[in-house]
Order: sequence, then C-alpha cells, then structure tokens
Amino acid sequence: MSLPKPVMRGLLGKRLRFHLPIAFTLSLLAAVSFKVITEPRKQAYADFYKNYDAMKEFSAMREAGVFESVRPTGE
Amino acid sequence: MSARSRCFLRVSSFILYEQRPRAERMLATRALRFVGQRALSTSVCLRGGHGVAKVEDYSLPAYFDRREIPLPEIKYVQELSSVQQSLKEKEKGSWTALSVDEKVALYRISFKESFAEMNKATGEWKSVVAGILFFLGFTGVVVLWQRKYVYGELPHTFDPEYKEKEIQRMLDMRINPIEGFSAKWDYENKAWKK
Repeated sequence: MSLPKPVMRGLLGKRLRFHLPIAFTLSLLAAVSFKVITEPRKQAYADFYKNYDAMKEFSAMREAGVFESVRPTGE
Repeated sequence: MSARSRCFLRVSSFILYEQRPRAERMLATRALRFVGQRALSTSVCLRGGHGVAKVEDYSLPAYFDRREIPLPEIKYVQELSSVQQSLKEKEKGSWTALSVDEKVALYRISFKESFAEMNKATGEWKSVVAGILFFLGFTGVVVLWQRKYVYGELPHTFDPEYKEKEIQRMLDMRINPIEGFSAKWDYENKAWKK
C-alpha cells in the first residue's frame, strides 16, 4: 500500500493562521459586548440619581406603610 | 482419526460444545499441537496421579469479527466438510485455477462476515430513540397523574387578589427602581410604563 507522505512542515503556521483571526475576533466581540452592556447601565444609574430626592421617596414609602420603625403619618 | 486411538485416558464430563473437534481422550501435551485449530478439549487428563489443569473455553483462541482484528487468531470454520476439504487441497495448487465461487467459499471458511457486513449500520438508533420517547411519555403520564391525585390545594398566596397585594407592596418598597421591577412602573400616573 502506498500512503501519501504526511505533512511535515508549517504546522504551527497553519495552526496560527487558523486560530489567531478567530481569537482576535472573539476578543474584540467580548470587549464590544462589555461596552454595549455596561455603558447604558452606568447611564441609567446616573440618570436615576441625578434628580433623586431621598426624603420624598422615604415619605412616599412611609405613607404606603412598608416600614416598621415609622408608621404612616396619622397613626 | 488416528488421534482418537492414541490416548486412552479418562473422559471428562465437562464437554461444553458438541463441535469440539478432537477427542476427549487426547493427552494435554499432544493437544497443544493443535492450538491454532482450537483442538484442546476441556477434559482433564490424569497421569500417574498428577492432574493437569482443565483448559477453560475462554482461554482458548477465539474468533472475532472486528475491524481492529482483521485477521483473527483462528479460522471461522473448524471442521471442514468433505467439499471444503477438497477445496483446501485445491488451494494448495495454483490460485488462478480457482473460480470466483471457490475463492469466496475459501474466504467464508476462514471468515464469518466480510468487512462490509460487519461494519453495516444496524438501525439500533431507532430502537434507542423509541425507548427514549416512550419513557419520556411515561414520565409525563406519571406527572399528570400526580398533579391530579397526589398534590393538594395551592396555598392561598397564589390567589389573584393576594398576588395583586404582593405586587403593590413590591412597588411600595421600590424594588429595583433603577433598571428592574419598579423602574417599569409610572408612579405619577399609577400605571405601568408604556
């Protein structure tokens, strides 16, 4: 039986040529996804606390009756 | 067979297969000559008070139809019929004199299944999938039966009115007001945000 001679050279180069573009693409994708997810979240938190009145919220919650330390005004 | 007349020692009672070719009365030493043709009997030969260990079936060379054993240790057909015997004699001559059928017959003497036959797909996967689906269905039957006959009533906390009160309390507590639950509620208009 005459088998063909197996490939002896260029194995690392072949592997790199195949895997490096994939590696770069995936890393880029990971970085972009990170930005795409975190930037809106940070913005949402900033917007929420820009005009946040803690005392107003506290009073509203108190009136609703969710606290045990302070009861709604009038009780 | 001349071998039968050679040894006149005790016959064993542990013969497992009828096809044991050589006689029970064979000496263990003589029998070793025929190892390649699976001629060892399973009998015990006693000589001068000493015992020879019984040769178990599984310790003898066996025939397997496997891809990784292309040439098994023994031929498939151990006892040749007269036709096969004459064919074997003819095989000792020039092979160009053999017809195609004779060559196939010689192949079948040595091997049970060809590579194509032994590697054939079996369709077993259909039985496996059928079994999987059947037992999935059976599990579903068991679950439904349980729901009907085993489980009791749901607790009162599942009632719609109770659930409404739960949601209202979550909104009052401002659960996840930035990106989550309460963020979707419009507190000015007392409705869910569009």
